[in-house]
Amino acid sequence: MFGKTSRVGRTLQYLALAGYLIFLGFPLVWLLSTAFKPPRELVQLHPSLIPTNPTTQNFVQAFTEQELGRAALNSLQVSLASAVLTVLVAMPASYALARFRSKLGTAALGWVLLSQLFPFVLLIIPIFLILRQVGLANTHAGLVLIYVVWALPFALWMLQGFVRNIPRELEEAASVDGATRLQVLRRVVFPLLAPGIVATALFSFISAWNEFFFALVLVKTPELATLPVALARFVGIEGTARLGPLAAGSLLATLPSLIFFAFMQRRLSSGSLAGAVKG
Amino acid sequence: MLRTRFRRLAAATAVAVVGLGALAACGDGGDDEATSGPVKLRFLSLAWQKESLQANKDLVAKWNAEHPDIQVEYVQGDWNSIHDQLVTSFEGGDAPDIVHYEASAIGEFSKQGYLADLSDLISDDLKGQIDQGVWDTVTFDDKVAGVPFLLESQVVIANKKLLDAAGIAVPPADGGWTWDEFQANAQKLTKPGQYGVAWALKSPTNRVLNLALNFDGKFFYTDGGRTEVRIGDAEKEVPKRIHDMIYTTKSASPEALGMSGADTLPGFFGGKYAMLPGSVSLRQQMVEQAPEGFEWVTLPPVKGLSTKQAANPQTLSIAEDSKHKKQAAEFLEYFLNPTNMAALAKGDWLVPTGKQANEELVKLTGGKQGWDVAADSAADLTVAPFQMADGYPEWKTKYATPALQQYFANKITLDQLATQLVDGGKQVLR
Repeated sequence: MFGKTSRVGRTLQYLALAGYLIFLGFPLVWLLSTAFKPPRELVQLHPSLIPTNPTTQNFVQAFTEQELGRAALNSLQVSLASAVLTVLVAMPASYALARFRSKLGTAALGWVLLSQLFPFVLLIIPIFLILRQVGLANTHAGLVLIYVVWALPFALWMLQGFVRNIPRELEEAASVDGATRLQVLRRVVFPLLAPGIVATALFSFISAWNEFFFALVLVKTPELATLPVALARFVGIEGTARLGPLAAGSLLATLPSLIFFAFMQRRLSSGSLAGAVKG
Repeated sequence: MLRTRFRRLAAATAVAVVGLGALAACGDGGDDEATSGPVKLRFLSLAWQKESLQANKDLVAKWNAEHPDIQVEYVQGDWNSIHDQLVTSFEGGDAPDIVHYEASAIGEFSKQGYLADLSDLISDDLKGQIDQGVWDTVTFDDKVAGVPFLLESQVVIANKKLLDAAGIAVPPADGGWTWDEFQANAQKLTKPGQYGVAWALKSPTNRVLNLALNFDGKFFYTDGGRTEVRIGDAEKEVPKRIHDMIYTTKSASPEALGMSGADTLPGFFGGKYAMLPGSVSLRQQMVEQAPEGFEWVTLPPVKGLSTKQAANPQTLSIAEDSKHKKQAAEFLEYFLNPTNMAALAKGDWLVPTGKQANEELVKLTGGKQGWDVAADSAADLTVAPFQMADGYPEWKTKYATPALQQYFANKITLDQLATQLVDGGKQVLR
């Protein structure tokens, strides 16, 4: 009787899981389907999931009209640089915030949180003027700088949580064994911080990859445009859009994030600390 | 192992620093004007349809080839973010030299001093090509803020086979139906599983205010420098007729109320709706997306007391901060000469403002695919009071659109709609 209930429960769990997966995956499948549909199939009264006459014309249009290849390369450069720099700045800062508790640290964390309350529409014009003065307007470096500053508050909060989860006892044990502070950081803290670093890098990469408004306003030269800006050009007045090329471009824009996430997600598992400290 | 990781970290740092340096090189590093060489103009265009994009790029390439001393850089913007992009560019002092936008939006920029007055920059020839009623839509405080070049009139696209089956004749390009005839024909075209009309009213305000001019409905009245919203019988006529079609005669589909123009196409191609009132540019979707053998026809604008509609033309303006206004105006004269304006209008499936361009377009297309109707509708497009009212965008978003949506959803009465529109006007109009 108990076994039967358990089997029913397990089946329901799998059904719920399958339902959730379909819910999450359907937009992506629909995007894939739309990307291969010719214009006439996009306005059928009863649309089909599998295109009747699949075409690659949408991809050709997306690439020839908007130079999506170059835009994707621009996005990749900017996003990778933002992710690396955000992690490099956030790592030591979050360690200091988590380990050296002081009034200044608390105030700094409060300020970091407060800075998230400013709507970026208020900041865009001053940012633009400052970047112009320092010669970084209309450059990818300027964009990276903004993305790093924009991602840092959240990255700091996230990473300092990971630092706090590393037991102090591990660091103290290493010190007792004769390790210097730098060695403690290198050999104990950083390896255990790997999941946090990966999560922070992912967050920074994806937020830079998807960002639209700063890229639109700060970069004027067409050759420097990033992918979201290039994709927006397939959208017209009052919700009209060229669905085929837009879906083809959006599909390609989704792939790097998926690949990056798939590559990094194993590192996100934070089970490495289990059993590190007993008693 | 740990040492390897540390080395990787150090390498990542080096890559990031070098990368940032390299990225800094990606860009023009500023916006200093070259003191010698050709004049460079930046042209922010909003063309987005395939043909229109190609027409724009071809004309710019041709200009650049013929004018080595004035080079135009084509920059494509997008309609959804153009306003924010322009606000930032104007405030930051880095505006494009030539800006593509629309009449109802450039007044605000003109009044703030961001757009050059084109009165003395453009030729009498170009001025003479365009009707004064259309020039009025871009004239603010006696300053001409842009050259209007493409117009969008409201016509009716119909399923020819369904018209034939119901015994309804297609009216000539210069003799459209009256509203009574349109409503009666919609009734004839309605049967189980089929509606005579699909009114796509996801964004109802512009459409209602545009068509209200059919009955001389102005909505905005200015007396002694003060503007207010007034709703009389003239203003009520169009919303009342649409409402009647949905709920009284049931000849209009209620499900289309939440749709945009393009959303109604599957139902139209599937024979669910017989007629689609909409923009002339809808014809492009007909050509590109209609199923094989589907016959469609463009019917002229519907007539009330007149066939007048509000004109909200697309415009080309010159930034006040541009260092090369004269050269930018030269480019505009070239870009908008009759032949080129006809090519641009054809690419966007819109109506050119220039009379000669309109004639050339009808000749070029033989009047087919509704070009005869589109060309004929240009004469009825004129400035509407709402286009000149400060605070109209806020009134539209905060008050008019929600109130009209409620009315068309049968949640409030016509009188309640009128009260909400008037009260909204009191809140935002100055």
